[in-house]
Amino acid sequence: MSTALLTDLVIFVLSLWVGFEVISKVPATLHTPLMSAANSIHGIVLVGAMLIAVTANNAIGYVIAFAAAAFAAMNVVGGYVVTGRMLKMFRRRPAQAENGKPS
Amino acid sequence: MSAFHTTIDLVYVAAASCFILGLHLMNNPSSARRGNQVSTAGMVAAVAATLALIVHSGAISVTGWIVMTAGALVGASAGLYSARTVQMTAMPQLVSVFNAVGGGAAALVGIHDYMTLADAGRGVPGSITVTTLLDVIIGAVTFSGSVIAAGKLQGLITSAPVTFPGARVINLLLAAVALGACGYLITTPSLLGLAIVIVAALAFGVSMVMPIGGADMPVVISLLNAFTGTAVAMAGFVIGNWALIIAGALVGASGGILTKLMADAMNRSIGNIIVGGFGTGDSAAAAAPGAGAGVRAIEADDAAIQLAYASKVVIVPGYGLAAAQAQHAVAELAELLESRGVEVSYAIHPVAGRMPGHMNVLLAEANVPYPQLKEMDEINPEFSRTDVALVIGANDVTNPAARRPGTAISGMPILDVDQARSIIVIKRSMGHGYAGIDNELYANPKTSMYFADAKKALAGLTSAVKTLVG
Repeated sequence: MSTALLTDLVIFVLSLWVGFEVISKVPATLHTPLMSAANSIHGIVLVGAMLIAVTANNAIGYVIAFAAAAFAAMNVVGGYVVTGRMLKMFRRRPAQAENGKPS
Repeated sequence: MSAFHTTIDLVYVAAASCFILGLHLMNNPSSARRGNQVSTAGMVAAVAATLALIVHSGAISVTGWIVMTAGALVGASAGLYSARTVQMTAMPQLVSVFNAVGGGAAALVGIHDYMTLADAGRGVPGSITVTTLLDVIIGAVTFSGSVIAAGKLQGLITSAPVTFPGARVINLLLAAVALGACGYLITTPSLLGLAIVIVAALAFGVSMVMPIGGADMPVVISLLNAFTGTAVAMAGFVIGNWALIIAGALVGASGGILTKLMADAMNRSIGNIIVGGFGTGDSAAAAAPGAGAGVRAIEADDAAIQLAYASKVVIVPGYGLAAAQAQHAVAELAELLESRGVEVSYAIHPVAGRMPGHMNVLLAEANVPYPQLKEMDEINPEFSRTDVALVIGANDVTNPAARRPGTAISGMPILDVDQARSIIVIKRSMGHGYAGIDNELYANPKTSMYFADAKKALAGLTSAVKTLVG
């Protein structure tokens, strides 16, 4: 196994453990926004989609790069916007009491 | 490594840290919004760094720029539009669609990378082949599986389990074909072999989700979420990018935890859910109202008096509440009761809804303050001090039969509604829940049944409380 692959594997496994540790503390109340937030984080695949547009050099390559960029951008933009929309609704007190105050 | 590339890599590390911090801040509703902003900042930084990298390398063609920008614009607009307009009840569908496109993009990255290497004719290194295949298989299964899940949730495909004889044989065949093609690809780079793997994986995604019924959706969505994360991490292995590996692993962990929590809340193994065939689906035949021995019916006025003179009321909402779009009606009733000095809280079972935590979002949308939303372990000890438990559209999760061995739901964790001093159940009929068995709670002498549509019943209760005790 090459050093590069081994390094990647170590990073992957350690990140899994960090993920388990951090996410097991999220209360059930927030599980839907959590999943939506996780959804937007896997939108990082947009970075990969952008990089394949660099190496694409034929029609099939361009079609794949276009589809990948569209999919990933939808994932990342939609994910963050909808998570923000949901989290905005979680209030400690009824909405009326908080009018005019930033929450 | 040049100073430029080091800087780019450091930005990726910072972005990954933002993702972790963002998830950490979600451990409390008061800090969760900041968490989302931190995570967004990390994403913007990562994308900006990638743009800088592309410009710096100067290798991209004009067509490449156009394709990338056009694709990103199309996708971003679609994402923005759907995120802004989606109904909160339709959130599970949207999350499924985002899982689908995320998994699809990860698979496409792997496919493209493999094609480039195979075209160059210098052969594909074994380690790249293995990670590419994992990326493509997991990504393609996630894509087609999530599309089917979204279709079922949206009602475009029947939400009942779809099974047919030989389904398991087909799954085994698909797995065998995919594995065979993979084995061939490890020794010989071949685009045809890759195409076979893709088709088999797509078909497997469909045949995996089709037999799964509506009430099992929380598990399926969580599982597909974990798959998407893993696919993105594998894409990171393929293109050698740590940001993708870390972000993908985080999502994989998150999806994994939620899958386990959801399966535990239904006392079923994940394998059992994937194989399917539990009960008869949501549309179990409804018996006539009032059927069944010892069931006591109640009218709005009596129920309203019980609620208005209680000192502690616990509302138990289930998917039926969301299906009737009654979350605003219930919030209105709760507010009215609170203004009369009644202590109101909500008991939320982990699988109340079509995805983890779904009911909390629906109630938050109806302006219910989140401190009133109680998790199962938190609220169960409180039922014995509760005057009235108001059950709306929840069935199996309140059935005391789960405590005895030998029933379809034995061992499933339930809300201890039967411990309350009195119980009011709002329900359209004596129909069964997903498990297809009688709910023993309804025959309890402390229970009164209010047979009506949830939304109408709640509006009726609210106006009855107002007129009777105004």
